[in-house]
Amino acid sequence: MAGIGGAETPAKKWGWGVLNTVVVIYALIPVLWIVSLSFKSSKTLSDGNFIPREWSLENYQNIFSTSEFTRALINSIGIAVIATAIAVVFGTMAAYAIARLEFPGKNLLVGVSLLIAMFPQVSLVSPLFEIERSLGLFDTWPGLILPYITFALPLAIYTLSAFFREIPWELEKAAKMDGATPGQAFRRVIAPLAAPGVFTTAILVFIFCWNDFLFAISLTSTEQSRTVPVALSFFTGSSQFEDPAGSIAAAAVVITIPIILFVLFFQRRIVAGLTSGAVKG
Amino acid sequence: MAEIVLDKVTKRYPDGALAVQEVNLEIADGEFIILVGPSGCGKSTTLNMIAGLEDITDGELRIGGQRVNEKAPKDRDIAMVFQSYALYPHMTVKENMAFPLRLAKVDNATVEKKVKEAAEILDLTQHLDRKPSNLSGGQRQRVAMGRAIVRNPKAFLMDEPLSNLDAKLRVQMRTSVSRLQKQLGTTTVYVTHDQTEAMTLGDRVVVMRGGVVQQIGAPQFLYDQPANLFVAGFIGSPAMNFVPATLENGSLRSILGDVTLTDRVRQLVEGADAPREVIMGIRPEHFEDAALVEAAALSSGGKFTHQVDVLESMGSDKYAYFNLTGEQAASAELQELAADAGSDDVPGDGISLVTRLSSASGAVEGASSEIWFDADKVQLFDPSNGRNLTYTER
Ligand SMILES: Nc1ncnc2c1ncn2[C@@H]1O[C@H](COP(=O)(O)OP(=O)(O)O)[C@@H](O)[C@H]1O
Ligand SMILES: [Mg+2]
Repeated sequence: MAGIGGAETPAKKWGWGVLNTVVVIYALIPVLWIVSLSFKSSKTLSDGNFIPREWSLENYQNIFSTSEFTRALINSIGIAVIATAIAVVFGTMAAYAIARLEFPGKNLLVGVSLLIAMFPQVSLVSPLFEIERSLGLFDTWPGLILPYITFALPLAIYTLSAFFREIPWELEKAAKMDGATPGQAFRRVIAPLAAPGVFTTAILVFIFCWNDFLFAISLTSTEQSRTVPVALSFFTGSSQFEDPAGSIAAAAVVITIPIILFVLFFQRRIVAGLTSGAVKG
Repeated sequence: MAEIVLDKVTKRYPDGALAVQEVNLEIADGEFIILVGPSGCGKSTTLNMIAGLEDITDGELRIGGQRVNEKAPKDRDIAMVFQSYALYPHMTVKENMAFPLRLAKVDNATVEKKVKEAAEILDLTQHLDRKPSNLSGGQRQRVAMGRAIVRNPKAFLMDEPLSNLDAKLRVQMRTSVSRLQKQLGTTTVYVTHDQTEAMTLGDRVVVMRGGVVQQIGAPQFLYDQPANLFVAGFIGSPAMNFVPATLENGSLRSILGDVTLTDRVRQLVEGADAPREVIMGIRPEHFEDAALVEAAALSSGGKFTHQVDVLESMGSDKYAYFNLTGEQAASAELQELAADAGSDDVPGDGISLVTRLSSASGAVEGASSEIWFDADKVQLFDPSNGRNLTYTER
């Protein structure tokens, strides 16, 4: 941290402090607003108060009262977890090969994965729709998992190969000299060192899958595989005249929780990974 | 423990680079052998082939009489110390040293005992529970050594293990590496680009250049009888002085004056079928202040008078530097040595000469001095191929 702006004068510290506070407030206000909305009763929903005048769990009861939201939650978790697991496993293998091995077509592989990452997803929606319809994948879990993996893999390969490149190759040679098989060298030396990178990648990929709206809305049609972001957009009030904003807010809060838990749970490892990459020992 | 034999071992990298060419080397059981040469000469490649980290393109490697070309590193029972130490950053010192034993499925009590022993030898006992990142360079180096010695391997391979330490620590560690090797009596192959390390550590030294072995021998032998210009210029610090010279009916004409060859040198030169134009090499300690030389020796040696460029008094003796006008001795070997030492781009024409005089010398910087050299200690080289014309296998 020190060294960013040269000497740390009190004035500079103050300046940074104020700037940080402003940025944090700017980022947090909409989130707090949603939380506040979610705790308001339908009567006070549009009163414009930042802090609810009467707290109620009405909205939360509402969203969990029908299967619409719970079913979507299960779909979201299932699809995101499976896609993340597959993308991270294959991404790890591919990144390891890219970082460590010379093989024909290596640059092509890297180029193609970069190409996929940059491809505008929206232009793939209608072809995918047609393909999945004819293959019977439309409105199924695999129908979403497959395109998620496609777009998550380049991301995984990129972050992971950066991490693998940070691990000195000599460690692996040392392990071999110490009597390890290639498998043992990977499991006992490389994997523990790559773990922070794997967790970071897993989080990024999970967030990508969790937040996706485009594929989810185009490639699903029923509760069977509809994920939360899509389900939210289908929320209606219990009557035509009721505003669904309260329910949407409550649902939004609920779907943020897994991500927060995920990040908090792995945070220490991620930070350790980021610094061990930055500061060469 | 075992002897290691390299039989015409060659390495060609996939990109076509020929890194090591037909190296023949027999390393006896318990011997401490040094591979030395400028960087890029194929030392690490040779070591990695012995380790099994690089495939052998051609030739045979035998350890303890057995061909091991196709064996994986783990089946060769050899330990290696890397230049970067390659300690596992997620393990403590103790776990690092225990790692080879754990892989070998040694029982817990034995692991504890062996790690403790190694830690005592290397003075690491109080650091056993620390992580490598919290250790100093010297301590890390010792952990790397510890990881190598715990499992009593057949041989140690070390690739520039001291080059990441600062100069003072390097000298200390040099003696402790030497002591450790004597104590354990394990066959050791040690790679360095530092000729001082090579001279002080090894039983025998292998000098390499461009993937080819130049000479193998005891340090003193390489110093006294270098097989060619390259070895002559590489071994010794300060390095041997080289001056172009002409052979003419038994006398040697050069910018350092004319000398009559001694009988010993003349016989060698005649036997070697020497060309007329040669390169004369003289070590700094074979010069002396002419005023301090006895009359008998004075007349048989060479003499020249020149202004002292720089004078360094070391207390025990004095180094006098001269800058003589004239053509430098030219050969591919000398150019390569200069490039390796980084002195090829130091400005200055002419021949620079380093002489070591006794402390009683009255030489003064900037003033002229008469300097004598021992004609019997002169070595002559063929400029076309670098061969030492005065070489004898005594
Ligand atoms: N993996 C490699 N691929 C191609 N050439 C290599 C490789 N490793 C080393 N070389 C080349 O082989 C030669 C010897 O290298 P090396 O054994 O590392 O030298 P040293 O250890 O003596 O400095 C060098 O010219 C180097 O460029
Ligand atoms: Mg090397």
